[in-house]
Amino acid sequence: MAVRWGRARGGLNQQEAAGPEDAPGPQPSSMLEVRDLRIHFPTDDGLVKAVDGVSFALDRGRTLGIVGESGSGKSVTSLGIMGLHHGGKADIRGKIWLDGEELVSAPAARVRELRGSKMAMIFQDPLSSLHPYYTVGFQIAEAYLIHNKVGRKAAKAHAVDLLGRVGIPNPQTRVDDYPHQFSGGMRQRAMIAMALSCNPELLIADEPTTALDVTVQAQILELMADLQEEFGSAVIIITHDLGVVAELADDILVMYAGRMAEYGTSEDIFDRPGHPYAWGLLSSMPRFDRARTQRLIPIPGTPPSLINVPSGCPFHPRCPYAASLGGRCVTEVPLLRAVGPGHEAACHLPIDEQRRIWTDLVQTQLAPAASQADGEDA
Amino acid sequence: MVTFIVRRLIATVFLLIVVSMITFAVFFLIPRLAGQNSYQLATQYVGRNPTRPAVLAIEQKLGLNEPIYVQYGRFLRGLIFGEHYNSGTSSNYCPPPCFGYSFRNQQPVWPLMVSSMPVTISLAAGAAIIWLTGGVAIGVVSALRRGTFFDRFSMGLALAGVSLPIFFTGLISLALFSYKWPIFPNVTYVGITSNPLLWARNLVLPWITLAFLYAALYARLTRAGMLETMSEDYIRTARAKGLPERTVIVRHGLRAALTPIVTIFGMDLGALLGGAVITEHTFSLQGLGQFTILAIDNQDLPEILGVTMLAAFFIIIANLVVDVLYAVVDPRVRH
Repeated sequence: MAVRWGRARGGLNQQEAAGPEDAPGPQPSSMLEVRDLRIHFPTDDGLVKAVDGVSFALDRGRTLGIVGESGSGKSVTSLGIMGLHHGGKADIRGKIWLDGEELVSAPAARVRELRGSKMAMIFQDPLSSLHPYYTVGFQIAEAYLIHNKVGRKAAKAHAVDLLGRVGIPNPQTRVDDYPHQFSGGMRQRAMIAMALSCNPELLIADEPTTALDVTVQAQILELMADLQEEFGSAVIIITHDLGVVAELADDILVMYAGRMAEYGTSEDIFDRPGHPYAWGLLSSMPRFDRARTQRLIPIPGTPPSLINVPSGCPFHPRCPYAASLGGRCVTEVPLLRAVGPGHEAACHLPIDEQRRIWTDLVQTQLAPAASQADGEDA
Repeated sequence: MVTFIVRRLIATVFLLIVVSMITFAVFFLIPRLAGQNSYQLATQYVGRNPTRPAVLAIEQKLGLNEPIYVQYGRFLRGLIFGEHYNSGTSSNYCPPPCFGYSFRNQQPVWPLMVSSMPVTISLAAGAAIIWLTGGVAIGVVSALRRGTFFDRFSMGLALAGVSLPIFFTGLISLALFSYKWPIFPNVTYVGITSNPLLWARNLVLPWITLAFLYAALYARLTRAGMLETMSEDYIRTARAKGLPERTVIVRHGLRAALTPIVTIFGMDLGALLGGAVITEHTFSLQGLGQFTILAIDNQDLPEILGVTMLAAFFIIIANLVVDVLYAVVDPRVRH
């Protein structure tokens, strides 16, 4: 144990010494701070701007939900934070500070040390994300062994302990099972145990419940909330499911075509969203408090190609309000601007107009006993 | 696991019996169905100038005039208990396992095969080590450096290795390294117990020639397997744990990519143990392959039968070993 602490502290001292020299702009105040992150992939067909200027901050004990359709750059962002684009062809710019340590410019070996220890990740499909040839216990112990100077026995005992904590019955025997002997929900529990094995300060969950049954989803979300309370980690939860975010997130970042569409607290996004894309997401979400006869309203069109992002606002081809602003949405990229305290949206619509449209939408479509409102598609 | 192996071993015995029936039928029943009588069959065993009494003696000695199932019964009995070949005037004893009696060589078949085995085993085992390590290593590096010069070069070489026949590469290697630059002047088999150094030195060229062909296959297979596994989700998980890249590649990537390699390795090795025919012929090594060629040339039916059964035995055993290994390697098979 003593050795382990010594190592961790050595690492911190290093970065403190190196910190001030290469950090333009203000020093980060949050545990995790991402500033103007850009992740581009040069391909034969052109430059894929998977992430284009994303900034957010996250503190211990808080949960950030990143929401967006497939291909909006949410997973790429999280893999970028984890440094899992290293060695690939990705061109990564911007700053990521984890506990004051800048990760984009850090050597790959240093980021590797942090991976699994200080920051950990849970993936979407727990079956394909677990190695089929190794026992669950081994896979959990593996991360612990790498980052801590402990023996195999201690690591295995730790794995048993973790499996118990994530709610797997008979962890002493299940620890020697292989992933295929686990059910889907148990596999995801095991993934969570693996991610938590070194007490990470940052936990990124990339669509943690997408591959699971609805009933199991609720259990896993509850488990994550409980564990966050217990471990006090900062959590980023990536999803296209607003229901998941509503349950867990303190803050929400809505991404569209690799850019930030809207960023604010959970209340901001659910009660007074400012971006037409967020309205679309909320209108297309099934809710218990709406009449069953009422249809879900899909967002028309498909997400844009990240090679040919539409000019101006990337959402303008699908936005029902773009026409009302003349050609502005086609020519001018909307900048993120404050629409409330700590609440930002990237939309040209005047703030008053945004409020008015949202209030209208709530009254006509989202109200519990609303009469049939047809033809939103206009 | 133990019951699995026992069950497979029992199945193996039945499989071997079926193989023996088929080979026996091919070599002893079909000539008869084609219209040859036992006298004509016996003539083949006698020599260039068969005399009637000699042929009759052979006919009786081998029991060729008896019904086919009796002959098969004798053959099976001989395998387990040995067999006396008796013609009244002369008697030959064939100790178990008796695969028959070669009248060309005036010897039981089994000891003849046994004496050829060390050559084949040395050849196959040595080459196997080279192609397995070499092929897998090249395949892994190629996959990890896809598109680089190394990848293109080694895959080009692999294509050549797969395409060029052994009698070509073998003769070229002999011409270059045995005659022009006599680094390995003598390619003759020396027993490993009598002189291990010379044994290895004399086998270097055949090993490399044989391994070249297989290494090429294995490099391509490994490369394809590694490319597939390295893009799996669990590799990303392994990286996310902060494992060093080498651990990610070997423990998580190669481990999964090796499963199909293990399978075909067992099969290839099993097949080669039955005789590396072309390699042995190219380098004039007197192994089971050469034994087979001679047996076929001489139409020595007991020898052909024996070597067929031996080859079948090796392949069946290799299959068994592969299945057991598969269960060891892949836990999903076990449960």
